[in-house]
Amino acid sequence: MACISPDGKPTESGTKMLRALKSNLKTPEDIARETGLPLFRVRSGLRELVQAGVAEQDGSKYRITEKGAALIA
Amino acid sequence: MEETKEKVISIPRIGEPAPAFEAPTTHGVLKLEDFKGTWLILFSHPADFTPVCTTEFIAFAEIYPELKKRGVELLGLSVDSISSHIAWVRNVEEKTGVKIPFPIIADLNKEVATAYGMIHPGQSKTETVRCVFIIDPNQIIRTVLYYPLTTGRNMQEILRIIDCLQTTDKYQVATPANWKPGDKVVVPPPNTQEGAEERLKQGYECIDWYLCKKEIK
Repeated sequence: MACISPDGKPTESGTKMLRALKSNLKTPEDIARETGLPLFRVRSGLRELVQAGVAEQDGSKYRITEKGAALIA
Repeated sequence: MEETKEKVISIPRIGEPAPAFEAPTTHGVLKLEDFKGTWLILFSHPADFTPVCTTEFIAFAEIYPELKKRGVELLGLSVDSISSHIAWVRNVEEKTGVKIPFPIIADLNKEVATAYGMIHPGQSKTETVRCVFIIDPNQIIRTVLYYPLTTGRNMQEILRIIDCLQTTDKYQVATPANWKPGDKVVVPPPNTQEGAEERLKQGYECIDWYLCKKEIK
């Protein structure tokens, strides 16, 4: 997993993405701009974050969940 | 009479949608659609820890900043495992100081290699040959290159093809032999007799009505 480690903690890129999601609903393009990660990494990373229950999708945008916020607190 | 059926493996062709895939890579599980909106060079190499492939990966890493400037991502592929890819890129960095910044597909079940016609049994039944697929932001295949196992690829030609394709898309022109940025481009030839007669009066640099060039700015 590129964004979530086997122990359930976010990796460096996962943490960057979760921090970007902390303030607002964001599109993958917003997150790529904010984090400097390539768009393809953000898109695949978001799939992982959603699957891990630390982010959720709302249309074309994403938000952090309570579980995700606790991980980067 | 007994009929012999041979399985024909098709190769994706220029102008066709790139075959979709979802594959484990050194940067996590990636889908083709993750690259939508950017140019993508999908390339295969025969095997990790082999000499020609190592020179190619170093060369791809060296042109990576130039590719990024052009909005192009790189994605490697071989039928080796993720662990093998990780060990190899770490070894390349340790021995040469070159960091491999792009993901590499671990295509152990050869699904992607088969979809893209990357295994040529006449060369090797188990390894992928050196393929390059240039895929545009709409995920259409724009260029296909195949090199044999023994011939390393020319990175400057790959960069030149990207420049040609992006110039063609931007200005609706064609690029002549050995074209490089800054050179004159070919004006698409007219397809009517009237157009042919007018072409020579349009101020282009013409050899004849069907071969005219112009500068682009």
